[in-house]
Amino acid sequence: MTDIVLRTDGISKSFGALTASNDISIDLRAGEIHAIIGPNGAGKSTLIAQICGSLQPDAGKVELMGRDVTGFSTDQRARAGLGRTFQISALAMEDTVLQNALLGALGASGRPWRFWAGVLGDTALRARAEEALARVGLDGVASKRCADLSHGQRRQLEVAVALTLRPCAFVMDEPMAGLGAAGSKEMTTFLDGLRQEAPILLVEHDMDAVFALADRISVLVYGEVIATGTVDQIRADARVREAYLGETT
Amino acid sequence: MTRETTFNAVLLLGLIAVPTWALIMDQPFTITLATRAVILALAAAGLNIALGIGGLVSLGHAVFFGIGGYAMGILAHHAQSYSPLMDWPFVIEGTKFMPVIWLVASVVSALAALVIGILSLRTTGAYFIMITLAFGQMFYYFAISWSAYGGEDGMSIYVRNDFPGLNTLAPIQFYGLCLAMLVIVLIFSARLRKSPFGLALNAARQVPARLDAVGLNPVRLKLVAFVISGVITGLAGALFADLNRFVSPTMFSWQFSGEIMVLVILGGVGRLFGPVAGAVTFVALEHFLGGLTEFWHIFLGVILLAVVLFARGGITGLVAGKEASHD
Repeated sequence: MTDIVLRTDGISKSFGALTASNDISIDLRAGEIHAIIGPNGAGKSTLIAQICGSLQPDAGKVELMGRDVTGFSTDQRARAGLGRTFQISALAMEDTVLQNALLGALGASGRPWRFWAGVLGDTALRARAEEALARVGLDGVASKRCADLSHGQRRQLEVAVALTLRPCAFVMDEPMAGLGAAGSKEMTTFLDGLRQEAPILLVEHDMDAVFALADRISVLVYGEVIATGTVDQIRADARVREAYLGETT
Repeated sequence: MTRETTFNAVLLLGLIAVPTWALIMDQPFTITLATRAVILALAAAGLNIALGIGGLVSLGHAVFFGIGGYAMGILAHHAQSYSPLMDWPFVIEGTKFMPVIWLVASVVSALAALVIGILSLRTTGAYFIMITLAFGQMFYYFAISWSAYGGEDGMSIYVRNDFPGLNTLAPIQFYGLCLAMLVIVLIFSARLRKSPFGLALNAARQVPARLDAVGLNPVRLKLVAFVISGVITGLAGALFADLNRFVSPTMFSWQFSGEIMVLVILGGVGRLFGPVAGAVTFVALEHFLGGLTEFWHIFLGVILLAVVLFARGGITGLVAGKEASHD
């Protein structure tokens, strides 16, 4: 059991009469991609929000590397080693690609309280940012303003910023959202290699990507995990077919 | 050299050339006008850090301006009346020494900004504006009722305070002091924008969620920016009081908070020399249009409307175009 990196233990969350998360216990093990799938409104975003800290669960706890982080704020969880990407790109649009990556490196360094020295002159930060950009193939556009990037490039930058943190677990909210077939394939290849570095909790609608990548899949329906298993197990699961896959295939 | 640096250089040269000309032509009033513009630019440069980089729409920056003014007024008042500020448990005398006055103005402004910031940064948007406005009103009415220091009438200080090596009563020397302070603050602002803190603050304005996601607390960054901003505006207040040799509750008024914001918007929000362009324009309009009609604010209103509708980058944006990316 020592290889569990991220775990939720019976987390529940209700909004009035609506139960968005009902006693959800999932875990993410070293070296794996664990995909969370489910129809719209199943509570995937609520789950992510509780794991990342922007929502507090009503009950249950979240553990990162065996440490209870339920009481941690979002930025504390990031410092504890959680690297997330957003469904809708959350990037500083007026800034350059390099500046966005530097922001991640700066967060990882934990030393933003420097008012005089230029950030671009900080070679350690810069090396870290540039390395992350090179890995996603954005090193050629480092000085472009983020607002001038294509949608696909923004998705890549979103991942690059998470890379600069060198997290112990990634939480990715629909990294393929809005990507074309080619972009989606490229991202799939990239994430495939990334899992050795840190495991990925992947929320994704793109089923081809999920089936290609996931070591395990959890299916969320009406705030409950109705099944967790390998790709083959999930494909064969009657309840899953009824609740979810039946609608799409 | 980009168009913006050229524009900035021209502004700065103007701030040196015009008073020099006035000195040669023996026009002390022009020097006083220039001093007023420089001090207002300093106050606006303070707000520009909170508003321009941090996105904090503070309608309470007159609080810091007033604190600076009253720090000067109270210390100088006790010095000129030879009465100690307090005599128990230890004696604190007043002072006419500018560096000490500036230090007191900075420290008290910083403390006030810290408290106001902690409380108001729990909110955003319109609520943030309202809370900062409410603090402004609290200080304003407190100053009005503080009869020991002139209440509604304010206080006159008979002789301008001292700075070592200068005759501060000579308009050009006092002007030089104010300009030096402005230049120092502008250099600091320029460095701050390119610093790690500036990068993070700039992003905190655009996407706070991103800051959290990389492990930086956006509220804490904004709080520090608010304190820095308050200190600079507080220093401007101390100089402004020294320029007029007079302090009154109007320094705390919400109209004045609005005026500082107008300077920033007019000059160009977030632009390094925006506050300077704004303040120079404002003082020029006040002088020339104010000479024509008592209702010159109507014209200021029209100009402001035009800037907001058609030139979002303010005067700087109009002359120098869109801001180049930072590297």
